[in-house]
Amino acid sequence: MSTVVKALTGLRDWVDARFPLTKSWNEHMAKYYAPKNFNLWYFFGSLALMVFGIQIVTGIWLTMNYKPAADLAFASVEYIMRDVEWGWWIRYMHSTGASAFFIVVYLHMYRALLYGSYKKPRELLWIFGMLIYLTLMGEAFFGYLLPWGQMSYWGAQVIISLFGALPIIGDDLALWIRGDFVVSDVTLNRFFAFHVIAFPLVLCGLVGAHLLALHEVGSNNPDGVEIKKHKDANGVPLDGIPLHPYYTVKDMVIAILFLILFFIVVFFIPEMGGYFLEHANFVPADPLKTPEHIAPVWYFTPFYAILRAVPNQLGGVLAMGAATMLFFFLPWLDRSPVKSIRYRGWKYRTALGVFTVCFLTLGWLGMQPPTPTFTLMARVCSVLYFAFFLLMPVYTANDTDRPVPDRVTG
Amino acid sequence: MFRAILVLLCLIAAPAASAKTGGLMHYNADLSDEASLQRGARIFVNYCMSCHSAAYMRFNRVGRDLGIPESVLKTNLMFGTDKPGETMTVAMDPAEAEKWFGVAPPDLSVTARARGDDWLYTYFMTFYRDPARPTGVNNIAFRDVAMPHVLWELQGWQRAVYRDEPGADGKPVKVFDGFEQLTPGKLDAAGYERTVRDLVNFLVYLGEPIKLKREKIGIWVIAYLLVLLSVVYLLKREYWKDVH
Repeated sequence: MSTVVKALTGLRDWVDARFPLTKSWNEHMAKYYAPKNFNLWYFFGSLALMVFGIQIVTGIWLTMNYKPAADLAFASVEYIMRDVEWGWWIRYMHSTGASAFFIVVYLHMYRALLYGSYKKPRELLWIFGMLIYLTLMGEAFFGYLLPWGQMSYWGAQVIISLFGALPIIGDDLALWIRGDFVVSDVTLNRFFAFHVIAFPLVLCGLVGAHLLALHEVGSNNPDGVEIKKHKDANGVPLDGIPLHPYYTVKDMVIAILFLILFFIVVFFIPEMGGYFLEHANFVPADPLKTPEHIAPVWYFTPFYAILRAVPNQLGGVLAMGAATMLFFFLPWLDRSPVKSIRYRGWKYRTALGVFTVCFLTLGWLGMQPPTPTFTLMARVCSVLYFAFFLLMPVYTANDTDRPVPDRVTG
Repeated sequence: MFRAILVLLCLIAAPAASAKTGGLMHYNADLSDEASLQRGARIFVNYCMSCHSAAYMRFNRVGRDLGIPESVLKTNLMFGTDKPGETMTVAMDPAEAEKWFGVAPPDLSVTARARGDDWLYTYFMTFYRDPARPTGVNNIAFRDVAMPHVLWELQGWQRAVYRDEPGADGKPVKVFDGFEQLTPGKLDAAGYERTVRDLVNFLVYLGEPIKLKREKIGIWVIAYLLVLLSVVYLLKREYWKDVH
């Protein structure tokens, strides 16, 4: 026994002399101190990482049988669903994973709004996170074209044409993105390249940067107090516990709970009533037949509703762009000295509540065919959506914040 | 807050799910009835596959999944020179078909996933005589459909009956008020309805063959995860004794 341990210790020392193995392990796991009062909101980051892993692995297996060509793509997906052993399972994990990714990422971002996680010193951490979110939107958009169904095709047609609304460069830009005058085989082939190589690579890099930034400044917590202010004689934060083993075992519990929900969808309701796999996408793409009702997948619908709410097309495109970009400025728009919602005043609480309702309402409206009532609702919600950001410097500067405790309470 | 969001998500899901089936008859496909699926396969091959292919499906997969021995499959469900390992294609030339019908008959492999069982059931039940159409028939679920009523032999002919109702501007409008049987078919109404159910069951199976098995597999997966959850939870509780 002891000879085995000796040999392994020797191997570790040999590696440590040449590569920061033990150093990295300690820095990021065994001696990375996380606040001990994390609640459920703090597990969506690790869940997002797990879903990313699921997408990469299932994606690799899907590419083994998928064919990125206009006349083969739809059939190759059905080939995966029927003739490839367990192909249906891999495909459903990937399609469910796409929606699951957005669910956990939206909840992860919402956590930051609840507990002020974007505030100093975590501005750059937040910006990396926002870049991940934008890249993820691109990744999902490219991926959605690949099954080459009616919704894939016309969804892509609509979204690319939005770039065409930009003045002067618009038409050439849309042409450049498509590589053709309409969405075609050329578009499918390049979207495949973006989806399986370019964007996943960017995502990996950004996730790495996001984690490095997090471990540099340390995690925020539901009380929004900095645990690094109070350290013991050894420099260990008094309210911190090592990430490993405490949060790794807790993450495992949460991960299994998540996987139970995930596999309930995969095995019992893979279409999720048409939200995860849209019914119209089981009709092969037909460039000559526009579907009656084109709606993007649910995770884009809040922004789609904002786009439709603006009467002018260019204005709509700009509003939609602004709606995503405004998140980047949160660290500077928020003037409150308090991070956590627990100690914020009524103004921020009300604003966040209104924003939440508006965001969800816009998401629902984005799936409905436009009617005069719905358009009016979308306009009201869009105005309130922007007000949440643009008025933030005003209502957070003189809010009725309460005193923040010195140490974490949980 | 977290719980409130989940409730909201459920509220969003409800109306969208019900909007899909507006104005259609209701039928939930039953894939547990193997005899029905076998009958449906026979109807599909005899009536639909003259024009429609199911090009993503293989004959022997149907045989394997529905408990049909290969000899029976070959004599009853396959015609011409097809081999059991081949996909269910048709000989009809799509260009010619477009000349005859105005539109090439679509492949039916995943039609059930696009249309849903309610729509398919309504479609097969609501063909009626309409002299204005080139085929002599029209359909309630699919207005001005190009397909003739292929199952007329079984159902016989029916006519749509309309009644007058006051419209929004006071003028009476014609409202569909049911069917009137003109000539009997080989089957009575109940027999035809059963045939349609068999066919819809088969089409739903055809849309996603693994549906027969995936829920059974899923139960084992969830059961395994629940066992794993209890073990990992105990592990977590043991470690967290230090913290609390």
